[in-house]
This record gives sequence, structure tokens and C-alpha cells, in this order.
Amino acid sequence: MRKRVVELIGKAVEAKLSSRDEVEAFVDRECPAPLTYGGCSSCVQVDIGSDEYVLCDMGSGVRAFGVDVLQRHGTAKPNTFHVFMSHLHWDHIMGFPFFLPAYIPANVVRIYGCHDGMEEAFRRQHGAPSFPVDFSQLPARIEFVRLAPDTTHEIAGLRVRAMRQRHGGDSYGWRIEHGGRILVYSTDSEHRVEDAPAMAAFVDFFRDADVVVFDAMYSLADAISVKADWGHSSNVVGVELCQQARAKHLVMFHHEPACDDDQLRAILAETRRFEEITRDGVPLEVSSAYDGMEIVLG
Amino acid sequence: MEISPRRFADTVIVAPEGRVDSASSEAFHAALTPHSNRCAADGDRLVLDLSRLSYISSAGLRVLLLVSKQAKAQGGTFVACSPTPVIAEVFRITQFQKLIEILPTLEQALARVSPSALAAFESA
Repeated sequence: MRKRVVELIGKAVEAKLSSRDEVEAFVDRECPAPLTYGGCSSCVQVDIGSDEYVLCDMGSGVRAFGVDVLQRHGTAKPNTFHVFMSHLHWDHIMGFPFFLPAYIPANVVRIYGCHDGMEEAFRRQHGAPSFPVDFSQLPARIEFVRLAPDTTHEIAGLRVRAMRQRHGGDSYGWRIEHGGRILVYSTDSEHRVEDAPAMAAFVDFFRDADVVVFDAMYSLADAISVKADWGHSSNVVGVELCQQARAKHLVMFHHEPACDDDQLRAILAETRRFEEITRDGVPLEVSSAYDGMEIVLG
Repeated sequence: MEISPRRFADTVIVAPEGRVDSASSEAFHAALTPHSNRCAADGDRLVLDLSRLSYISSAGLRVLLLVSKQAKAQGGTFVACSPTPVIAEVFRITQFQKLIEILPTLEQALARVSPSALAAFESA
């Protein structure tokens, strides 16, 4: 981060910016991506303009989301939160103890998933000595709803369907549709490129999506060699699946924690180039997720 | 799938043409297998000439990984060579250059794996 700031200030000095407009133009030109990708674990909000909130996963990112909700509404207005869980690994539930709306009576947090043991996983991380507030002391109403995969459910004004994914203990991707728009949330999912039927099933799951949030943790070389069976995928397979599915926008997600911002920027540039040289017809937009990223589906 | 094998002394050169994608990767693997089976310490060297390849998908790259692993397990020598600029980019972006040795030209690949094969190639 410091390196990036020093680099930008150096460029600004060289450019001899002399007005507010020039500074604004410089920032637009030199900082098209965020200064940092951040470091929160998985949590994605789906906003359809409803009074009720919809999330995918409750990683550490849900803390900032909860703070934002409180800043908007204060504590007086009861809110309902619908959460679709990919799976119960710690990085996907770790934000829940810090989710302030769970500490407000009259709020409802409804957690949907396809795994056995959802409630136990959430309760366990509240238990001593891991956390000082036991789950049973949370004032909000917290419900767990087990859903069947491969079935379309109508929830909170959305049509949602889960698909089982290859990951330790299984994970589930979610295809979420509303008003003719389609979001696919598919993280913590390994793809065996030699398994043609499985790849075809994911192409169908991603079909015509406006946005696919995709586990692009590793390079292809690592994903199919030294990190095979580690339960994650690659940027290259993300591009291939989205191209075949005629999806419009690939958002690389679940970044390798060992990568710094410069490496993530380089991976984004390489992935965009890969999309360009393998493109067959319509371009696929490629982005790399960062904390606070917003995508508006027009 | 046509891979046009050619032998020079103790080395076999294979040169796939066109696209290797999810639809053709099995046929690609099947075509390579007789050659990878003989790529061993006391057998053939194997050179993959990429110059006529227009596209290779993740499924095709996986086949190359399998061939490379098999050759290594058998004590054999397997290298690739002559990628077009686009195929060279695919290897760089996928980081497959970490897994498979790629030489810029066929002559350099032959020089790397077998001087006698290079001599036979140059005199052919």
C-alpha cells in the first residue's frame, strides 16, 4: 500500500498538477482500481432495492456490512437478513460474531444452506474460550433453513438455486435471479478440467449470467498440479467456463492470501489478456473483487 | 487427432495442429500416449512442437502435464518448443512454463534433448 501511494505521489509531482480538476483527472486515470484489494473474507450483498437484506456468506466482510446497516437505520428499525451459505469453513462464518445486527432485538437473521450442521457451526464459534458472548445470548432471532440443491426456491423476492461444488466437505454455488438479472456466486469450488460432464454442468449453472463471482485463487498450473484437491480453482478456468456459458462479467474472488496488491493487479491484467486472446465472439468483462466493490446491473 | 510424429535418431517430434480444447483433449491424449509410453531413460526423447497449435485450453494443458509427469516418472526427457506468440502467452498466463520446459525453436529443443537427434535433423 505504501509503495503504491509513493508511486502515485511521485507521478503526481512529475505531472505538476495545478488545479482540483487536474487532480481529479489524475486520480481517475492512475487509480482505476482500488489502492488495495483489502483482506476481508467472503461476504457479498445482493441488493434488489428491497427492505430486506440478502447476503452470500458471513466471512469477515460482514462486520463492515453490519456497521453500515446500523449507520443507515440506527437500532430502532427491525431488519431481516437472508444469508445464503456456500459452506461452513471458518473463513465463511467468522464474521458472524461481529455482526452487530445480531445483537439487536427484533432483527431476524435467516441463514440458508445445504449442509447438515449449519447451526452447530455457528454456535460453536461463539462458545468459550473462542468468544465471550454465547450464541444463546444473541438478542436477534436467528433461524437456520436447510435447502435442497438443484431446486429453485423463491426467497426474499429472488429465485435461488444451489449446486454442489467440489471442496472439502462440499460447498454450494448459488444462482440468484431477479427481474431478468442473474448473479452466480460460486466460491470455494475446484473444477476438474478433465471431467467434461461436470464442466458442462457448471456451464449450464453459469448460463447467461450477468455476473459470476468465481473462485480464482490459484494459477491453472498450481490448481491442477501441486494444489490439486485443495478445493479451489483458477482465473483461466473461470474465463473458460464464463465464455462457454456466455456470461457477461467474471469477478475473480477468494484471492490467494499470499498475493499482495501488485500481484493481484498483475493477475487481473493477465486474465483480461487471456480472455482477449481466447475470445470467441462477445467479450467477457473481467474484474477482480475488492473490499467494498459495487457492481450495478443496469 | 493428427500429431504428425517424426523420428530423428533417439527422438520423436510430435506436432499437433489446430485447436486442443475440451472436445479434443481426450483424442490428443490418446494420440500422445504411444509416444509418452516410450519416453523413458532407456527409450525415446519426446519433443512437442507447438508451432502449428492455434489454441490450447485448460483440458489440453492438463494432458501435457500428464505426459510430462509420465515421462519424468519413467526417467525420460520431454520438452516443448516453438510456441506461437499467442500460445507462449497462454503458457505464461497459466504458469505452465513452471511445469513444462519450453524452448524457443525446434533446433534448440533437439540440442537440449539429444545432439544425435539434432545432427540427424540437420542432415535430413
